[in-house]
Amino acid sequence: MVPTQYYLILSAILFGLGAVAFVVKRNVITIFMSIELMLNAVNLAFVAFSQARGKLDGQVFVLFVIVVAAAEAAVGLGIIILTARNRRSLNVERVDLLKL
Amino acid sequence: MSPALLVFFVLAALAIIGALSLILQKHPIHSALSLIVVMVSLAGLYLLLGAEFVAAVQIIVYGGAIMVLFVFVIMLLNAGEEEHTDFSKLAKFGGLPLALALTGLLAAAMVHHAGSVPNPTNPDALARTSSISIMLFSTFVYPFELTSFLILVAIMGALVLAQREKS
Amino acid sequence: MNAVISFLTEPYGFWVLTVIKIVLLLVIVLTVNAYLTWFERKVVALMQSRVGPHRVGPHGLLQPAADGLKFLFKEDAMPDGVDKFVYLLAPFLALTLALASLAVIPFGPQPLPFKFFGHQIDLWITNPDIGLLVLFSITALGVYGVALAGWASNSKYPLLGGLRSSAQMVSYELSMTMSVVGVLLMANSFSLTDIISKQDSAKWGALSWNIFTFHGGFPQIVGFLCFFISAIAETNRVPFDLPEAEQELVAGFHTEYSSFKFAMFFIAEYTSMITVSSLCAILFFGGWNSPFPSAPIWNFTHYLPSVILLPFGLWVIFDGLKYETLFGKVVLPGVGTAIAALGAVLIAFPAVNNYIQGPFWLLSKIFFFLFFYVWARGTLPRFRYDQLMNIGWKLLVPVSIANVIFTAGFVLYRSPS
Repeated sequence: MVPTQYYLILSAILFGLGAVAFVVKRNVITIFMSIELMLNAVNLAFVAFSQARGKLDGQVFVLFVIVVAAAEAAVGLGIIILTARNRRSLNVERVDLLKL
Repeated sequence: MSPALLVFFVLAALAIIGALSLILQKHPIHSALSLIVVMVSLAGLYLLLGAEFVAAVQIIVYGGAIMVLFVFVIMLLNAGEEEHTDFSKLAKFGGLPLALALTGLLAAAMVHHAGSVPNPTNPDALARTSSISIMLFSTFVYPFELTSFLILVAIMGALVLAQREKS
Repeated sequence: MNAVISFLTEPYGFWVLTVIKIVLLLVIVLTVNAYLTWFERKVVALMQSRVGPHRVGPHGLLQPAADGLKFLFKEDAMPDGVDKFVYLLAPFLALTLALASLAVIPFGPQPLPFKFFGHQIDLWITNPDIGLLVLFSITALGVYGVALAGWASNSKYPLLGGLRSSAQMVSYELSMTMSVVGVLLMANSFSLTDIISKQDSAKWGALSWNIFTFHGGFPQIVGFLCFFISAIAETNRVPFDLPEAEQELVAGFHTEYSSFKFAMFFIAEYTSMITVSSLCAILFFGGWNSPFPSAPIWNFTHYLPSVILLPFGLWVIFDGLKYETLFGKVVLPGVGTAIAALGAVLIAFPAVNNYIQGPFWLLSKIFFFLFFYVWARGTLPRFRYDQLMNIGWKLLVPVSIANVIFTAGFVLYRSPS
């Protein structure tokens, strides 16, 4: 049997790695992917707690998180495509002014 | 070491390697592939936790739809390898250690309060899909309807963003 | 019990049994794939009033072997400027996922009468509670093989072909999964064996299959049509094969692949055809249930396998003797004798005959659907890409959603509470 802390520590590590990727990477799509990694880490914590408490609320909430992440990814990638076409670059350092 | 623990360590190592590879790879398509590896190993961990429906949904929605969307966008925008830019000094020398400190703080907090996190009373329980669906449609019916509305809004947003300019 | 943990604590013998089953299944499926290509070429040729392969071996039966050798000996060129890791990963991914989906397909209801060191030998590799969802997950991941192949080839036509093909696969995946929900509502389970046993009616026979559901359910004809059309589009077959058509995009996403890597895509496509045909047979046509009811008056239908096998075996023997080559004179009569002997054994031993009824009916249904696929290829013209996407989104998705609504309404109306 795997103690629940192990899952939580793994979730913390993945969240931290996602945060590091968010800060370090320059490509806007990779930054977006690190957000998905952080959401996944949180999902793991939810499911681990759901098993620990024996209730299914955690798993139902994970379904909602997945749906929200999907909707966010769709709209976010649309915005990224438009911005990239305007600025001709996918580097976040070039998108730091409100004016083109 | 029980077999469950062994499987957990293998899947956890796979997930961490995937996440590290996301950071260390230069080309966004390789980062996307590493993220897919992370998601599939997380689905394996959900199976180990007895959440089979959530594991299947994770692969179908996250791995089969969201990541496909990411891969499409990377292909469409012809994203190349990352340019080598100089970090700001603060980010390079302060950022990474701080992020690692955040992780360490979270992990230490969990280990310190290990007593209050209950171990599962029934670790071999398998969550039945029917129980999840009953809960989804009785206790959580209001958020459920709201998420359908959210998806509709997202579809409309994506359509508006994809329109050509009317010039 | 948590399925994963119980699998892991079984004694050693279970793993050996599973590995043996996997190896056996892979050998059988790869052979079937090879002869499926022969079958397709023969049937399409006969539909076009020509003969098809008839030089390499009697009736062209050695053509798959010749093709296989050709694939092995072709030059394995890797184009310049490709992303090596992704270029090599894509066919491997496509093949692995296509073959992995065969693990959850059940081939017969009863386990074998003997045990393997105390472990029961079922006629499937695994039967999880979420069997159908596992199949859909693997289908969902299958888009990557195509998309990555198109992108990694560093060339215009494969990129366009790959993008079009993966967009098509993602669109039809939606209607494919929605059209199955009607079946799930009536069966109340994702497990494929449960779905088949729900279609088992001793009184009604074929009419109790999910297509007609005389025994209390909503007929899933519309669901079946949606599923079959979406599955043809999902597997990139005619009439939906614009992304890999030769006249349109050179060869689509697998233009830059040669020899064995191309063969891997090829095998993946035919294996997914087999998987989809088995799914059609299992979900909508009763799986291993015989179309005849179980009343004693119909017991003569149990001899149908022998009636087919014996004359066919004898014909193969006499046909083989006409040839002069080694394959024709020796191997064909040998195969014919084996088939005829099997037919005779089935007549002689009723216990074996009863056991073989389930797998026989399932395999013949799968064969029928494969014939349907080949028939569609020989007959129908290709869709244009915008027509293809129109059908996927504007026709099939609303129709499958309507099917779900009607089936759900019917099940609710009929439910006892």
